[in-house]
Amino acid sequence: MAFTLKINGTPREVDVDGDVPLLWVLRDVLGMTGTKFGCGQALCGACTVHVGGQPVRSCQTPVDSVGNTAITTIEAIGNTPQGAALQKAWLELEVVQCGYCQSGQIMSAAALLTDMPKPTDDDIDAAMSGNVCRCGTYQRIRTAIKRAAGV
Amino acid sequence: MDGFIRTEQIADEATVSRRAFLQGTGLLLGFALTGTGTESVFAATASQVVENEITGTFAPNGFIRIDPIGAVTLVMPMVEMGQGVYTSLSMLLAEELEVRLDQIRVQHAPPNHALYANSIIGIQNTGGSASVRAFWTPLRQAGAVGRNMLIAAAAKRWSVDPATCRAKDGIVFDASGLKHLSYGELATAAAKLPVPAAADVKLKDPKDFTLIGTRAKRVDSSIKVDGRALYGIDTRLPGMTIAAVAISPVLGGNTKTVDEKAALAVKGVRQLVNIGEAVAVVADHMGAAKKGLEAATITWDDGPNGKVSNADIVKQLEEESRKPGAVARNDGDARKALAAAAQRVDAIYQVPFLAHAAMEPMNCTVHLQKDRCDIWVGTQAPTITQSQVAELTGLPKDAVKIHNHLIGGGFGRRLEADGTILAVKIAKHVDGPVKVIWSREEDIQHDMYRPYYLDRLSAGLDATGRPVAWTHRIAGSSVMARYYPPYVKDGLDPDAVEAAAEPPYALPNIHVDFVRVEHPGVRTSWWRGVGPTHNVFVVESFMDELADAAKRDPVAYRKGLLGHNPRALAVLSLAAEKAGWGSPLPARHGRGISVQFAYGSYTSQVAEVEVAADGSVKVKRIVCAIDCGMHVNPDTIEAQVQGGTLFGLTAALHGSITFRDGRVEQSNFDTYLPMRIDEVPVVETHLIKSAEPPGGVGEAPTAIVSAAVTNAIFAATGKRVRSLPIDSNSLKSSS
Repeated sequence: MAFTLKINGTPREVDVDGDVPLLWVLRDVLGMTGTKFGCGQALCGACTVHVGGQPVRSCQTPVDSVGNTAITTIEAIGNTPQGAALQKAWLELEVVQCGYCQSGQIMSAAALLTDMPKPTDDDIDAAMSGNVCRCGTYQRIRTAIKRAAGV
Repeated sequence: MDGFIRTEQIADEATVSRRAFLQGTGLLLGFALTGTGTESVFAATASQVVENEITGTFAPNGFIRIDPIGAVTLVMPMVEMGQGVYTSLSMLLAEELEVRLDQIRVQHAPPNHALYANSIIGIQNTGGSASVRAFWTPLRQAGAVGRNMLIAAAAKRWSVDPATCRAKDGIVFDASGLKHLSYGELATAAAKLPVPAAADVKLKDPKDFTLIGTRAKRVDSSIKVDGRALYGIDTRLPGMTIAAVAISPVLGGNTKTVDEKAALAVKGVRQLVNIGEAVAVVADHMGAAKKGLEAATITWDDGPNGKVSNADIVKQLEEESRKPGAVARNDGDARKALAAAAQRVDAIYQVPFLAHAAMEPMNCTVHLQKDRCDIWVGTQAPTITQSQVAELTGLPKDAVKIHNHLIGGGFGRRLEADGTILAVKIAKHVDGPVKVIWSREEDIQHDMYRPYYLDRLSAGLDATGRPVAWTHRIAGSSVMARYYPPYVKDGLDPDAVEAAAEPPYALPNIHVDFVRVEHPGVRTSWWRGVGPTHNVFVVESFMDELADAAKRDPVAYRKGLLGHNPRALAVLSLAAEKAGWGSPLPARHGRGISVQFAYGSYTSQVAEVEVAADGSVKVKRIVCAIDCGMHVNPDTIEAQVQGGTLFGLTAALHGSITFRDGRVEQSNFDTYLPMRIDEVPVVETHLIKSAEPPGGVGEAPTAIVSAAVTNAIFAATGKRVRSLPIDSNSLKSSS
C-alpha cells in the first residue's frame, strides 16, 4: 500500500504494508538512520520521533496510523528552538558516550521542553524514564535538559 | 569526524583501492588462533605500514596520515564504544604531533595485529580498560616521530638546524617565527625522510603538556546529537537486503518445522534461509523480515541442552566448589592460622549470569563474494573476527575486509565474533549484501553471559579482631580458558581471580584458588569488569563482615590494614571524607564503603542508601574517589565513573539471567531491567592528582559499586547481602 508521509516538512512516498512500524519505514525504506532500533516493544525509547509534536515510539507505530500528521525526526529537531537548545547543551556538557540512545533522549527532551519550558526534576523523571541509556549518561542528561531550559 | 557519517560510507565501496592503506596487510595471524605472543605496535617495518592513498602522503607509522592537502587523519587502533577512547587516544597523538583536536579526523583502524595490537591484551582488542594504558607511550611516540620528521623537512628546506624550529597547531616555525610551513606543505618532503626509531624520540615532560590533562571536547559528540553517527546497524549498501533472525532458543538445538511458504507470502520478503541452528527471513526492510519470521512459525528440536536449569547450575557449583582448585595465591599458612584464630567467619557468596544488553542490538552486514568477504560491523575484536570469517569461508585473511564502526555499547559483547559468524553463515545463501539484525529478545537470550560465580570464604581474626587467615575459593566458568587459552596456566584463569588474589590489604596468611566449572548449554564471556565485578563484591563484602565481627567501624578497620598501601589508603580516606562518613543518618539509612585495586587504578566508593519498610532499596548518593594515575581527560574519567557506576549498580539492583528448560527466562527490557533516569543516584567523582602512568577507568567503577551498596544496606538494616541481585524481599522491616 502506498502512503505519503510528511517527514521533517517533506512529503515522502512509501509502498509498504500498513502495519509496518514507522521505525523501519524511516530506517530501511527512507534511509533515515538517525532514529534507532533498541527493543521493538516501546520499552527503551531509542526510536522516539515526534508525530504531531508528540513523542511516540516509532517501533510500535504502524505506518497507517500516521496519516497526514507531521513527523519530526532527530535529523531535523535542531531546526526547532527546543531541539537546538538541547543539542547545544548536550555538546557543552559532553552528555554522549556510545551515543546510540541519544537520538531518542533528545527527541523525548524536546517534547518535554515544548510542553513544559521550565521542567522540575519530577517532570524530567516522568518525561524521560521511557528512554534507556546503558552507558549511564542520565546525570548529564538531566543537567543538560535544565541547561537548555535555563533552570 | 566526518569519517563516521554517511558520506564516508557511500564512498567506501568506490574508494577501496584509494584507501588501501587502511585495509591491513593481513601478514600476521591473530593471536587467539595461533597463541603467538605480543608484538609492539612498532614491530612492523615501514614497508609493511602503508600504501599511500594520495601520492606524497606522510605516513610515518600506523597512526598518522597527513596528505599534501593538509588533512590530518589519526588512525584509531582501539574502537569507540562510548568510553571516549577516540578522544583520549587522539589527545595522546596530537599532544606530541602538535595539532589541535579540531584539525584532525579520526579513522577506524583495519584489523592489523602488527600495527594495532594492544600491548596489555596482546591482540588488537578493545577491552580490559587497557586502551589508554597500553597506548600511553606508543601513541605519544608516534606523534613525536611525526612531529620530528615534519620539523626536519622544514629545517631542510630552510637549511637550518631542526633544533631551532618548533611546531604548533600543525605548522612548523623557524627560530624567528617569521618563516612557517604547514604540515600539508611539508607532507611530501617529510614522507621521504628516514623514520626515526620510536624509542629514540624525546617525549615532552608532562609539565609541558598543553592537551593531555585538559577537558578537551569529545571528537564524536557532534555527530551523536543529530543522528549522523553511523553504527554497524546503520550500514546501507546498494542492493542490500535485511534479515530478521530466530536462533534456536536452546543452545545446540535445531529447526524442526518451518513454514517457508507463509513467510514468503509476506509483502517485501525475498527469501527464507534455514541453517538449522537459526532461521533468517530476508526482506526489503526489517518490518517485512520480522513479519515473515513470525509467519514462519518455527518449531525447534531442543537437542541435548533442553533440560538446563539454574537450579542444576547452582547445585553443580556448590558441589564443585568443595574441591580444591588452581592456586592463585598462597602466602603463609592460612589453614593453620584459621585453626588457631580467636574468631572465625565463614560465608558463601553468589553472583548471577548477566547479559550485556547494549543499546545497539547485535547486527552484522555481510557481502560474501567468490573472492572476498566484506563485513560491516562494530567490533571490539577486528583481527579475531577476520580470522574466524576467513576460517569459515575458506578465503585468505586479506580477502576478508572488516569495516569497523562506532559501537552502540560494547561492554565486552563485541569481543565475540559469534554475531558475525552467524551473519556469514546466512550470507552464504544470499545474493548481494545482507544486513542481519537480532531482535532485542534474540540479543538477550543468545548473549554470552558474565559467568555465575559461587565463592566460599573463611577468615580467622586474632583477639584484637585483625584478620590472621583468609581463604577464598572461586568457582565458575573460565572465559579466559576459551578465549585466550595461553594465558591460563595450570588451570588458573588470571581474570577470574583478579582483585581476589591480590586484595589491597595486609593479609599475612592468604589462600585463594579457582575451580573451573563449565555448564553445557550456557555461553559465557567478557562483561564490563569481568573478574573484578564479582571479586570486589565478594572481597569487600567479606571485609565488611570481618569489621563487623571485630566490632569496628568499616572505614577504620580497612585503614588499619592498608598502612602499607598508600594509594589505596588515600582513595579510601578521600571517599570517606567527601561522603561525610560517620555523620548521623535517619533510621534505615546507611553508608557503605568499598576499595579496590584493579585495571591499574585505585578506586574507593561510599554509597548512601535508604531501605524502605517494604525492603525496596533507594541508592541516594555515590561518592567515588579514584587514583588512575595521570589524567588524559578528566571529563572522560568523570563520565566513565558516572556511567560505569550505573552499569554496575544496575546489575546489583536488577541484573539476573536465569535458565529453565535450556532457555533464558528474560527477553527484553521489561524482564531484564535497565536502570532508568528516575532511579539514578547522584554520582560524585573526586580525582586524585598523580604523576603515575595512567590506569584504566572504564571498568573500575562498575566493579566497585555493588559492595559499597550492599555494605550500606547492612549498615541500614543489619542484613548482609551475599547474593546478587539484591533481593528486596529479604530486606523487609521486621517491625
